[in-house]
Amino acid sequence: MKKNRVPVREQKPEERVRNFKEVSYGYNLEEALLEADRCIQCRNPRCVGACPVAINIPKFILELRNGDIKGARDTIGEASNLPAVCGRVCPQEEQCEGSCIVGIKGEPVNIGKLERFVADWAMENRYRNTEKLPGNGRKVAVVGSGPAGLTCAGDLAKLGYDVTIFEALHEPGGVLVYGIPEFRLPKESVVREEISLLKDLGVKIETNVIVGRTVTIDSLIEEEDFEGIFIGSGAGLPMFMGIKGENANGVMSANEYLTRANLMKAFRSDYDTPISHGRKVAVVGAGNVAMDAARTAVRLGAESRIIYRRSEKEIPARAEEVHHAIEEGVIMNLLTNPVEILVDEKGFVKGMICVKMELGEPDESGRRRPVEIAGSEFVIDCDSVIMSLGTSPNPLIASTTKGIDTNRRGCIIINEENGETTLPGVFAGGDAVTGSATVILAMSAGKKAASGIHAYLEEKHS
Amino acid sequence: MYKITRKRELVENIFLMDIEARRVAKSALPGQFVIIKVDEWGERVPLTICDYDREEGTVTIVFQTLGASTKKLAALSEGDEIRDFVGPLGNPSEVVTDEKEHLLKKKIVFVAGGVGTAPVYPQVKMLKEKGIDVDVIIGTRSEKTLIMEEEFRKVAKNLYVCTDDGSYGFHGLVTDKLKELMEVDKKEYDLCIAIGPMIMMKFVSQLTKSYGLETIVSLNPIMVDGTGMCGACRVTVGDEVKFACVDGPEFNAHLINFDEAMRRQSMYKTAEGKKNIIMEQKSVHEH
Ligand SMILES: Cc1cc2nc3c(=O)[nH]c(=O)nc-3n(C[C@H](O)[C@H](O)[C@H](O)COP(=O)(O)OP(=O)(O)OC[C@H]3O[C@@H](n4cnc5c(N)ncnc54)[C@H](O)[C@@H]3O)c2cc1C
Ligand SMILES: Cc1cc2nc3c(=O)[nH]c(=O)nc-3n(C[C@H](O)[C@H](O)[C@H](O)COP(=O)(O)OP(=O)(O)OC[C@H]3O[C@@H](n4cnc5c(N)ncnc54)[C@H](O)[C@@H]3O)c2cc1C
Ligand code: SF4
Ligand code: SF4
Ligand code: FES
Repeated sequence: MKKNRVPVREQKPEERVRNFKEVSYGYNLEEALLEADRCIQCRNPRCVGACPVAINIPKFILELRNGDIKGARDTIGEASNLPAVCGRVCPQEEQCEGSCIVGIKGEPVNIGKLERFVADWAMENRYRNTEKLPGNGRKVAVVGSGPAGLTCAGDLAKLGYDVTIFEALHEPGGVLVYGIPEFRLPKESVVREEISLLKDLGVKIETNVIVGRTVTIDSLIEEEDFEGIFIGSGAGLPMFMGIKGENANGVMSANEYLTRANLMKAFRSDYDTPISHGRKVAVVGAGNVAMDAARTAVRLGAESRIIYRRSEKEIPARAEEVHHAIEEGVIMNLLTNPVEILVDEKGFVKGMICVKMELGEPDESGRRRPVEIAGSEFVIDCDSVIMSLGTSPNPLIASTTKGIDTNRRGCIIINEENGETTLPGVFAGGDAVTGSATVILAMSAGKKAASGIHAYLEEKHS
Repeated sequence: MYKITRKRELVENIFLMDIEARRVAKSALPGQFVIIKVDEWGERVPLTICDYDREEGTVTIVFQTLGASTKKLAALSEGDEIRDFVGPLGNPSEVVTDEKEHLLKKKIVFVAGGVGTAPVYPQVKMLKEKGIDVDVIIGTRSEKTLIMEEEFRKVAKNLYVCTDDGSYGFHGLVTDKLKELMEVDKKEYDLCIAIGPMIMMKFVSQLTKSYGLETIVSLNPIMVDGTGMCGACRVTVGDEVKFACVDGPEFNAHLINFDEAMRRQSMYKTAEGKKNIIMEQKSVHEH
């Protein structure tokens, strides 16, 4: 047994900082087969239990090893509607790979890259499995086309439902199209392809429809005869710090920065949307979103830094992203917290006052609480500040629908068993329920709600 | 795709279009806005809903050509289609949702400026239908740039047109007229609604604050999504930061930090300027 993984080919840092093409090339067939060989086919595979949608990992790896890539794709497809996405963006080190037995004495099997290989292979070779049950004529509406909505829609379509997705933006995909950058998740070749697979299953997608404004949950039920509803509206509302200078020109949320760059393709000269040409960009926060913003800034030609109040150990972003960010020259100002944004006479950002932090006693999250070191103020030179402090659910749907309860943080309350909200027939899942989490958790919530909706409608019609 | 069913050039550089968008027409109310994206490459441009026809399924927009996106839109003709049209966004205007008894007790004056004249129209029209008479002041550069005068004559109790150059109506700014109405004509208003360029709203607000006249303005900051997701549209109202697209677009004028709002609106001036140069170069290459 080889202790180390087959290395993954990547664009060199000095090249990739000048383009928006995908950083990681993934495995080719030869490399994938070599890596697949490292899986010891555990009888009680711990990896499967650590995958939120329980992909039968040893089975698909064995099929791949035997050259049956279509079979491997079908095995993955039983559990996941978006494998080319998950293979790229799951925090594997905390999930499947984090539990892989081979990882105890060496490096864990590179499950994510194998999953990506199988999904990419199927797309390149136009292999699509669109098996589904015959139509049952029942209409289900899905609100939001992020991973939760797409998964729920796909599962219900396979069961024979007539599914329509309503999406507020002009492109389907949720965070996959507006948030996660092209260099990590290609939009045309991966996201659009996986979505077009759903269309082959008969899922209809209506963009430019804001539920709560253009239509309401009630009008969908009463006027358009939808019998079941799934809300997967995500957690898009950005938070700000509330510090002095935060409304200066040049301070924006990571959502704004990334939306301009990804959804509106502001980095391309043939698209009309502008994006600020900051020369020195400071990104506050250290999650996936912050890394994406910092790395986008690098590609737009800026000096880019992360400002994070805890230490390296607490960084919440995927390990691969942090590693890539550092390779690309992103400066890490850890144990540092902003206190004021400095503004020039024209109202533009000219710098940021920060304080140094040290770690104290653990807080309720179990992480050591950062405390300010007195008198440690210093100024960071920057002309743009990107706030990446987390997001919360948009209140629009709950506030325009009687009977859908939310908790203190604005998250929709559901029955954990089946995903049903406090309004019968209306289900919810993903970031709208949990607050910002991960693609795969949103997908598993979409799956659970799909079976919840199926059970609800079976019962109703029996 | 959304079809343009009617296009008119009201005056030079100001266009009116009816766009077929059934779902939007069905739920639109005065005070709300839409976001349009002309084609795959276009920006998302917010425009106020100026009228709607629920039967025909159309929504009316009126816009001024400023930069790349509005010029692109103006270049389209009747029968052409635009890629995206989403709405209605924002909250409906409070006066149209307020109860009639409540409104009957109030003396209302609308102040409209430039292309902001168009979105005032459906509000005045709806109030007229409810049997509520209001005064309207329109401010514009000259007779040549005045829009929708005839429409307003039909629905406003008193219409006062002001021109900067004195070529028509009252010679002066809307604030001068408003002051005259209150001081010379002794009009007693309870509510002022001002829609127009940010600078006009700022000065109307300053004036009415000194009279203690409650004033509502409709803000038009830079926006991206229009659904509360990006925070580009944030404005300071009192000591709170609000997102104009979901908390507004109408706010109590006397609480708004207009200087900040105006500064934020000009954020992309330089980047936009560059874009215009790129557009011109592109057209040179094409010919
Ligand atoms: C920049 C960024 C990077 C990330 N990186 C990773 C990563 O590497 N790995 C990972 O696992 N997770 C990552 N995440 C988190 C992950 O993307 C989210 O947890 C996941 O997308 C949530 O899925 P969702 O379907 O619940 O919601 P979303 O993906 O947010 O989709 C919700 C959709 O609903 C639409 N919507 C909202 N309200 C309405 C309405 N009223 N009517 C109609 N439509 C509506 C929205 O426009 C949106 O398209 C990242 C997030 C961001 C922002
Ligand atoms: C809620 C809302 C409602 C609106 N309703 C209307 C409407 O009914 N009719 C209409 O003509 N316009 C309206 N606007 C303004 C309109 O969106 C802008 O004029 C448009 O985005 C300009 O796009 P552009 O690419 O043509 O010009 P840009 O190239 O973006 O701008 C050209 C010039 O106009 C300035 N500018 C940019 N945005 C605005 C703005 N929001 N207000 C004033 N000046 C601006 C820029 O600083 C620049 O100098 C509204 C804006 C909002 C937010
Ligand atoms: S979906 Fe995510 S957690 Fe599950 S196997 Fe794939 S990469 Fe691992
Ligand atoms: S735990 Fe690792 S070795 Fe075992 S089956 Fe899963 S991937 Fe293979
Ligand atoms: S325009 Fe994005 S939050 Fe208002």
